[in-house]
Amino acid sequence: MLSNTGNFLLFINTFLSILIIFNSYKCLKSKNNLIFKNIYQISLLQSTLVLICFFTLIAAFIVSDFSLITVYQNSHSLKPLFYKISGTWGNHEGSLLLWVIILTIFSFLFLIFNKNHSKNYRLHTLIIQNLLILGFLIFIIFNSNPFSSISPIPKDGLGLNPILQDPALAIHPPLLYVGFVGSSIYFSAAMASMISNYSGKFFAQSIKGWVLISWTFQTLGILVGSIWAYYELGWGGFWFWDPVENASLLPWFAMTALLHSLLVLEKRNTLYFWTIILCLLTFTLSVTGTFLVRSGVLNSVHTFANDPSRGIYILIFLSLMIFASIYFLFNKYKPTNDLINSNSKETFVLINNWFMMFYLITVLLGTLYPIFTDAITNNKISVGPPFYNSVIIPVVIAFLFFMAIGPQAKWIKNRFSNLKTILLILGGAILINFAIIYFFKSYSLISNLILISSLFLIMSSILDFFKKKSRFGIPRIISHLSFGLLILFIGLNHNFSVEKDFNLRLGEVKKIDDYEFALLDLKLNQETNYKAVVGKLEVNNSNTMEKRILYPEIRIYDNPQTLTYEASIQTNFLGDHYLTMSNIDRSEYYNIKFQHKPLMIWIWISVLLLSFGGFLSLFKNAKNN
Amino acid sequence: MKLKIFFIIFFLHLNFNLHSDEKIDESIIHKNLRCLVCQGQSIADSNSDFAMTLKMVVEDLIEQGKTEEEIYNFLSEKYGDWILYNPKFNSGNFLLWVLPYLALIAGGIIIVLLIRKSSKKV
Amino acid sequence: MQKIIRYSIVLLFIFILLVFYNSLNRETNYSTDHLIGNKLANVNLKGFNDKKVYTSEDLRENNYTLINFWASWCAPCRVEHPHLMQLSKEKNLKILGVNFKDKKINALKFLNDLGNPYYYLTTDSNGKQSVTFGIYGIPESILINSELIVIKKFIGPLNEQDLNDIKETIKSL
Repeated sequence: MLSNTGNFLLFINTFLSILIIFNSYKCLKSKNNLIFKNIYQISLLQSTLVLICFFTLIAAFIVSDFSLITVYQNSHSLKPLFYKISGTWGNHEGSLLLWVIILTIFSFLFLIFNKNHSKNYRLHTLIIQNLLILGFLIFIIFNSNPFSSISPIPKDGLGLNPILQDPALAIHPPLLYVGFVGSSIYFSAAMASMISNYSGKFFAQSIKGWVLISWTFQTLGILVGSIWAYYELGWGGFWFWDPVENASLLPWFAMTALLHSLLVLEKRNTLYFWTIILCLLTFTLSVTGTFLVRSGVLNSVHTFANDPSRGIYILIFLSLMIFASIYFLFNKYKPTNDLINSNSKETFVLINNWFMMFYLITVLLGTLYPIFTDAITNNKISVGPPFYNSVIIPVVIAFLFFMAIGPQAKWIKNRFSNLKTILLILGGAILINFAIIYFFKSYSLISNLILISSLFLIMSSILDFFKKKSRFGIPRIISHLSFGLLILFIGLNHNFSVEKDFNLRLGEVKKIDDYEFALLDLKLNQETNYKAVVGKLEVNNSNTMEKRILYPEIRIYDNPQTLTYEASIQTNFLGDHYLTMSNIDRSEYYNIKFQHKPLMIWIWISVLLLSFGGFLSLFKNAKNN
Repeated sequence: MKLKIFFIIFFLHLNFNLHSDEKIDESIIHKNLRCLVCQGQSIADSNSDFAMTLKMVVEDLIEQGKTEEEIYNFLSEKYGDWILYNPKFNSGNFLLWVLPYLALIAGGIIIVLLIRKSSKKV
Repeated sequence: MQKIIRYSIVLLFIFILLVFYNSLNRETNYSTDHLIGNKLANVNLKGFNDKKVYTSEDLRENNYTLINFWASWCAPCRVEHPHLMQLSKEKNLKILGVNFKDKKINALKFLNDLGNPYYYLTTDSNGKQSVTFGIYGIPESILINSELIVIKKFIGPLNEQDLNDIKETIKSL
């Protein structure tokens, strides 16, 4: 019954999208300046029905309706309720339904929140957005239908991957999807703007809130994904430059650039076509990312199951999007007389965009290069963290300086009366850096420069905060400040982390440098859906005289049969102590990986603060409209 | 003038405080080697049998006095370039390393040209 | 000039999309079986039953050698073993066994149960020697000639086709 309901709703929604497109065309032709009431009504109906459709799928997971193939493949009657629910979007088909929900709801909300903008522009946005919705619904119905049924009905499911049974991973997709699927709305709006010749200031105002929403959620989505990778993947890293991670970062770079160029478009009515390109680029990158992740083209820790047929559908969709964008860009492009004064805020916005494009190209190249090399020369190569780190990090140094100076510049013409202040802050940053070296230890030249430039940004932002008594620009100060903090804490964490990798037997004690490790005990615990070997490890630091006990686990799951390693992490504001234990085949020894990671929690807090700046900006934007 | 002195002192100070890499750090090497039987993990992150064996081999090579580059060459000869996370700078990968910087320079030129064009109009 | 830019942009995207399409049917899992044609060096294997050290010089004495890496705890090794027994009858080929990370007792039992195709058996108890052959899992087999050139690599258990392949190759002297 649930299967039939779901399928029925999918078909109705497909019909509704077509209806909206058709009605919008009719409305465009009419001389009336208002949008027909029925278009609003159909959009509302569309959003309501798509939500009901999604809840139908959730219901199927909750009651463990194994007549649905998706539920059978990804759930189990013994799964805890919370994970049964989050299992709805933790698989390919279900997550596509999540795509459609966001596409649909954003379509409706954009329609009703833009009442003071041109009718043609709004209708064209609606049409294009619904074409996107239609594309995805067709993909779902013909290839990846979460409601497709199986007969005879299996007694129980194949079980959700235990690694996916996690609170952080449960909210990670919804957050991220509001981010990069949400970018669809300004993709459609950009196309609409070109087609209906609705340019400049008003276009910028109409999409600003949406760019902010998608940027903020994308930032949060990436944060949650990193936190999950940190404690779940068990290696203490939070960013691996893995292709799937890169797929979420690429739209973020475009969004950040877009956020800044919108400022210029709104205030000075320049950089229109560049802004349009950024709008089109963001969602294009999102769909490209989805293609890479779901089609089985990449080798990654995070990949969904491989299925080339999905790849073909997404590739066709992507091609249509790209060629439609190029067509309109070429047709509508008019060389404009953009006046960019040197030494002004516009210049610094351009500089931001310049750096963002550099990061984007680097990460895009690194991610795609192995695919291209394999296709052309049949030779497989790997591109990993060493590449990205060595190319990007030096450039970040200059970027941080520009982030500090840029906001100080005024629109149109700027006078650098505060050169003295800048040098003072720089001096202060250098002093603090030397203090760190003096009291702790020294590090590489690049690290020195990173710390100095991030300190410079932090101190400039704080000074800015006290100078500007008005509440204007606070979100920007918070975001720039938190970015500086992020780089600072990453730099400190990287240089002061301690890692030890060794083997221990039960009852053995090992001394490595300042640390002494003892494997005191091993217990076997039985939980609801797994067995765990829990180790009791005592860690003594002879330098600080600190003693800790950590409890790493080796978990054995039944459904499906998997082995996972749960890290034991002790967090406080000074740092994390991180320990994993894994068994060695055909040996009584266990491999222990221990890490002390100073200031780890501040890295998360910085990104949280970064997105908070986005939220603040969003509220200000909503208040002003 | 003050600025020049400032920067000279700054760089001299940095030189005294630079961390010298005399000993090869094996964890850096481990992070640069890809585990061939895993899905996207370095041998530092992997618990697989292969990763363990490779770590022992790297340890031996370091003891034999091999440099980091010699270790990478040795392993890529046995297992192919795929095992290295840092792509070699050769004719095949040349574009990968060069294009980002080309883009950076191109971007800079575009901005400068834009500004020049604008200042002529004023 | 504008036309050239426009055409190149369109061509660039067509190229990218074609590469994506092509990559859909490719294997993402890596395999080293294309690494052939180079010469083996630094062969230094401990004898299983004796204190002798097996080196490259020993390999040169054979027309063709199939170096087979196996262990008693490896299930696919059991599956391919009958094929090895068949190959051991070939006149132009000698099979060198490398017992990988195994216990002597278990290895001997394995050979007792399933037969011994190896003209000589060596052991690599910590797996380090296998790295010089570019081995990353078992079973793996390497076919070399008297010049110690690697002619073919077999990743995973040998099957019927591999057997025919080997028989064809060793026909030529």
